[in-house]
Amino acid sequence: MVKAFGIVNFSGKQIYVEGLEEFRPIGSFSFLGRYRAIDFPISNMSNSGIDRIQVYIRRKPRSLIEHLGTGRHYSINSKRGKLQILFSENGSENSIYNTDIAAFRDNLENIRKMHNEYVVIAPSYMIYRQDFDSLIQTHITTEADITLLYHSVDNAKDAFLNCNALNLNKQKGVLSIEQNHGNAKNRNIFMDTYVMKKELLIDLIEKAQKTSSMYSLLDIVSAELAELDIRGVSHRGYFAALTDFNSYYHANLSLINYKNTQSLFDEDWPIYTRTNDSCPTRYFESADVRSSVVSNGCLIEGTVENSIVGRGCVIKKDAVVRNSIILSDTIVGEGIHVENQVVDKHTRLIHVKELVADPEKPGYIRRGDTL
Amino acid sequence: MKQNSMLAMILAGGRGSRLHDLTNKVAKPAVAYGGKYRIVDFPLSNCANSGVDVVGVLTQYESVLLNSYVAAGGRWGLDARESGVYVLPPREKAEENLDVYRGTADAISQNIDFIDTYTPDYVLILSGDHIYKMNYAKMLAHHKENKADATIAVREVPMKEASRFGIMNTDEDGRIIEFEEKPPQPKSNLASMGIYIFDWKLLRKVLLADMKDPDSSHDFGKDIIPKFLNDGRNLRAYKFKGYWKDVGTIDSLWEANMDLLDKKSELDLNDPTWKIYTEDATVLPHYVGEHASITRAFITQGCVIDGEIRNSVLFTGVKVGEGAKIIDSVLMPGVEVEEGAVVTRALVADGVKIGKQAVVGSADSENIELVAKRVKGVE
Repeated sequence: MVKAFGIVNFSGKQIYVEGLEEFRPIGSFSFLGRYRAIDFPISNMSNSGIDRIQVYIRRKPRSLIEHLGTGRHYSINSKRGKLQILFSENGSENSIYNTDIAAFRDNLENIRKMHNEYVVIAPSYMIYRQDFDSLIQTHITTEADITLLYHSVDNAKDAFLNCNALNLNKQKGVLSIEQNHGNAKNRNIFMDTYVMKKELLIDLIEKAQKTSSMYSLLDIVSAELAELDIRGVSHRGYFAALTDFNSYYHANLSLINYKNTQSLFDEDWPIYTRTNDSCPTRYFESADVRSSVVSNGCLIEGTVENSIVGRGCVIKKDAVVRNSIILSDTIVGEGIHVENQVVDKHTRLIHVKELVADPEKPGYIRRGDTL
Repeated sequence: MKQNSMLAMILAGGRGSRLHDLTNKVAKPAVAYGGKYRIVDFPLSNCANSGVDVVGVLTQYESVLLNSYVAAGGRWGLDARESGVYVLPPREKAEENLDVYRGTADAISQNIDFIDTYTPDYVLILSGDHIYKMNYAKMLAHHKENKADATIAVREVPMKEASRFGIMNTDEDGRIIEFEEKPPQPKSNLASMGIYIFDWKLLRKVLLADMKDPDSSHDFGKDIIPKFLNDGRNLRAYKFKGYWKDVGTIDSLWEANMDLLDKKSELDLNDPTWKIYTEDATVLPHYVGEHASITRAFITQGCVIDGEIRNSVLFTGVKVGEGAKIIDSVLMPGVEVEEGAVVTRALVADGVKIGKQAVVGSADSENIELVAKRVKGVE
């Protein structure tokens, strides 16, 4: 018997990924060529035996709805299981009231209806592998009210700046939750992942609502630190937070290293996604590809180095793509030089010969543009 | 969605014994092709793309894998209401002896009850082991226009090769007047592709009679088509242009894979309007390492490559180590080639491991080498 249902939560307003997020929510971002960010939390849940999953969307639902569909590709039982796509019925996109709590409140009946005793809440904008079943077991054994998952990092001065960090006591009790301002190297970055009883979540939603209309789940959990037994559990393995443009770019490129990939992916822990039925990729006589990750359906005649190439891309002769992320169905024309860029979908790079950005400040080429 | 009144039956019982070790454990239609496909994906995807929603797959030889593979009709989108893929192995029936399918026509005869439940006007007979893209809806339109009793798809073959095929001789209107199996002196170059559309009522009658005929070999080409001709039925040839391949041998299977590297190849698997659907593998995109060099190749997801790939087709999950060379070869799903090994003009079967520094195949061999067993490395 599965003890928990899952909630895949959206990012709060403090998180914004320049460029890409204009077109879709972070959960819908292309990741490592063939995936979308949200495939990771949903696959984690599915592989942990959680087959009732609620995905909450704050804004721009189209691409996510298309990608998730019935959820069948996530290997969720099609009768017993369920993938629901939910959103706040009232909030407008940029309204300060459009919080996760508001969305939960508008769907409280859907939460109450779940038969499971526990709930696992995971973000749609973070990439990691975690067995939630063992996390629930830990939660039960420690008798905590809420368990928070965190990742210890030693680069918090430069990275994870939009994330929150946990201050823990020796017993892993959470003393405080605060934004990472980059003033210390070593921080316990909160992975925005919670385990608690369903009833407690409902209490928190109601309490948050009474306290402030702007409260998010994180706000109410922070406010309850003194009252409740809230503990941290450390996560091991690959972890990336897609919380700004640089983190998106670097998270993708970090997985070109096959060793990193092996700490995220595991044969016994498949990451599911929606198939596009693209045929394999074709390399031509003049192709020169190294240290890259290439999706299906591409036609490659040019040079690709240290890059990620999405589905159905065309890299023409004498084109050079370096340190870049090319999203699906993009054409890089003959002799075009692309370096340190994120090139959004359906883009045609055919006129401007040099598209080279500063490696410290990677560039973004808008979806559907012709350059 | 009810799209047309034609039901398809795919003959997938063949063993394909000239594919040797590749078909020891699986039937020929289940053999892997083109990086991520199995041969039977082609007729099934053609059906899905042509609006033929109900497909029976007649299996017999080593059918465990094939049965479970085609039973998941959702892969080809054939899982809506009133559509589906049905696996039809021989089965025991009341008042009759348990029997295997005695021939291609017998396989249909033994499933008349299945076809009757759908009351189709037309039945499309296909072979499960041909690689081609074809719109059966156009062939049906041709069949209806000519008020044919049966329509046979044909393709033009070079005249000097015509004596290797079943040849259709037609009049100016495209009406078939004579059928000759492997004629020594062919009168035409229109070869049968083993694709037939029949009026179901008529075929049903002919099949029932054929079942009782002790002299019949219960074969479409040898018995049913000649019977239609003798009875003066209206048989029409439907000319097909485009890529078509029967991969009967290791050499022709290798060749069909190599065709995908040919710039002029007529088989475009990248056409978004006529995709070939297949099993979805939950694997990573393919990884190209820092020591890799890849030219003229067809490579699919799940591969991890750090060696040299030239003029080759790599299937799902193939791993090629640093310094290894793959030249003019086809590596089937899950093949691992370790550091420094060299594979030339070979077809390496599913899951075979080739050890460090091993040498397999040679550039001047007459035939393609089939590697079906683990090759030990050189220490």
